[in-house]
Amino acid sequence: MSSADTTLKHYFVSHEQQFDAAKLGMWLFLVTEILLFAGMFVAYAVYRSWHPEVFLQASELLDWRLGALNTVVLLASSFTVALSIHYVQKGQNDKVFLLIILTLLCAAAFMVVKYFEYSDKFSHGIFPGAGFDPHGIIDGKDYSKYNVPFAPQFFSIYFVMTGIHGVHVLVGMGMFGWLATRVARGHFSPQWYTPVELTGLYWHLVDIIWIFLFPLLYLI
Amino acid sequence: MSDESHNYLNAKKGIWSWLSTTDHKRIGILYAIACGAFFLLGGILATFVRTELGTPGETILGQDEYNQVFTLHGVVMVFLVIIPAIPGILGNFALPIQIGANDVAFPRLNLASWYLFMAGAIMAVCGWLFVGKVDTGWTFYTPYSSGASNAVLWLTSAVFVAGFASIFTGLNFIVTVHKMRAPGMTWNRLPLFTWAIYATGIVQVLATPVIGITMILLFLEKLMHIGIFDPALGGDPVLFQHFFWFYSHPAVYIMILPAMGIISDLMGTFSRQQVSGYTFIALSSVAIAFLGFLVWGHHMFVAGQSALSSIIFSMLTFLIGIPTGIKVFNWVATMYKGSVWLRTPMLYALMFLFLFTIGGLTGIMVGVLAVDVHLHDTYFVVAHFHYVMMGGALIGLIGGLHYWWPKMTGRMYNETAGVIAAILVFIGFNLTFFTQFFLGSKGMPRRYHDYSELLDTFPEFAALNMASTIGSYILGVGLLLILVYALYSLFRGPKATANPWGACTLEWTHTGPVPDEHNFHETPQVTRGPYDFHLADDVFGPKNNSQS
Repeated sequence: MSSADTTLKHYFVSHEQQFDAAKLGMWLFLVTEILLFAGMFVAYAVYRSWHPEVFLQASELLDWRLGALNTVVLLASSFTVALSIHYVQKGQNDKVFLLIILTLLCAAAFMVVKYFEYSDKFSHGIFPGAGFDPHGIIDGKDYSKYNVPFAPQFFSIYFVMTGIHGVHVLVGMGMFGWLATRVARGHFSPQWYTPVELTGLYWHLVDIIWIFLFPLLYLI
Repeated sequence: MSDESHNYLNAKKGIWSWLSTTDHKRIGILYAIACGAFFLLGGILATFVRTELGTPGETILGQDEYNQVFTLHGVVMVFLVIIPAIPGILGNFALPIQIGANDVAFPRLNLASWYLFMAGAIMAVCGWLFVGKVDTGWTFYTPYSSGASNAVLWLTSAVFVAGFASIFTGLNFIVTVHKMRAPGMTWNRLPLFTWAIYATGIVQVLATPVIGITMILLFLEKLMHIGIFDPALGGDPVLFQHFFWFYSHPAVYIMILPAMGIISDLMGTFSRQQVSGYTFIALSSVAIAFLGFLVWGHHMFVAGQSALSSIIFSMLTFLIGIPTGIKVFNWVATMYKGSVWLRTPMLYALMFLFLFTIGGLTGIMVGVLAVDVHLHDTYFVVAHFHYVMMGGALIGLIGGLHYWWPKMTGRMYNETAGVIAAILVFIGFNLTFFTQFFLGSKGMPRRYHDYSELLDTFPEFAALNMASTIGSYILGVGLLLILVYALYSLFRGPKATANPWGACTLEWTHTGPVPDEHNFHETPQVTRGPYDFHLADDVFGPKNNSQS
């Protein structure tokens, strides 16, 4: 208990109270994240309902295979992070360390795939906003045919949504890196593992937002 | 007890001990200093605006300067004063003690909120001063904002950053109220101020992220021309208005709900009886918080919204009147047969009743579709929201500051000066803004820097505007008087007792004249309601009115 006592802040009465408070705080933060993305989902819904044919056409330019690969990668990372919480509760910290590193690698893989997707778009003149000027032919698709009114809106929404989602993945990577060093230094025990649990909650949210982004942007 | 010598103010010394504090009471003081400075800035800008309008023709500001000055007045007053002030100052100071906690749930996050707020404030003011002038109004409507100078980038970032300060404050209070209550502090025993800050927290958490994403999109619109809002790029300016008001209407309740909480506490304490309809007042705060999310479209009756949605938004707007009315009637009923003690805080509570009721009822008027078409963008609307924002939120804040002043500083202010200032504020405020109801209903448009050409048709505009300007000076003198006697009290005021008002909430009954660093020596066991004055003197010791 002595190690656990140093983790109890003076303004809390018990570990249960402290843990519950931290968890409720994180859930509320996740609510704010959902509302942040909700604004973009609304923008997507509005423009899609006004120009469904343009959105359908423009979405052909996104490679659904890369999107699907990233979906699998993120789902795998959600599994590893959930397992890490399971093992930290059991006190098996070597497994926790391994699983957090695996999660970090999945997140990195996601960003690498995203890098190739973005650079491919940029190299064919697909930029958010004013620079939008599609050109070139890939997979038999003549990109210049996609320069139609409101196609820029589709790609603006695509870049803003996946961009802000990507920032969240980067933040998650930073948190997993920080967690890994703390696990290695033996900071967590079955009595106190709040940061692992909270990071896990955050990561599931990042994951679930992608689960909605993928079909809306790539598939329909 | 050695309380007198050792308290949260002198527990640690030096500027750094304040700037690095995680004590909720000290963070409250930090907010008080910051919001006070911004209120002074916003007030000076308001005086410029009123001076320009006092006489027809150009007085002290050209039309561009006029637009820039009222824009900064709006941004400063809304985002840097009214939204953060009550939760930041009084919520931080009083809420944890009111529920018997030693601090908020996340003290470091609490300090981080203050720094985010300051960062936002500095970005806003520096952007406006050094980067370029902004004349979009505080609403940043496209296409005004897409055509304005790059300072818009600074102001939108500022709103985004300050928004997170607001989110984290609200989140902190919600978790604190849920998880940190002392034994016996049931939901039915929460002081109504705490209830109101709790309801405010819900709005802060649910609404503010939406202004966050709106500001990100506006930022990118300006920087990269992404074409979401700017009609020149295929975007939709009405979408911006929807996004903006989805936050900014609930934000009105972020401003007014905490003030309503203060008034509830003042009414109970200074009438020395149980607050009438406690449960109804508590739950009507929550009801207002939720209904507030369903009415944003009433800002857009003339913005090309469909007739059906306008009708629905109009009807939902009327619904807000119900929980608000419940509060007003219960406050009046609280005074009925109570022994009303007319001290300065109570004067502000009565002022709130009068001014806020006018503000609220004129809000219903502009919520009526046909009437709004006539009154939209006139001085009637300006008068309406100043009656709510200033006559409601800020008067509530000033009343609350007087009420908690002895507990925050350990000193009393001069009661006579307090009464004189309250009278000046009341007269000045009504003279400034009641005249604007007449101006607006006659058709004087808001945001015009000159009305010379309207004088042929409406010669009375000259006298009404002059009266409004004189009123604003009286109001300014009243507010400055408060500043003067507050500063005097800080250094020379008589020492306050632990419970000068004979209140029954924990911050008065269970702490010394100035609370200890960790609030309580031992966790309070709560056995009574917050406004249970029955035998209060026997339970808590006789009330000691050092002033009377």
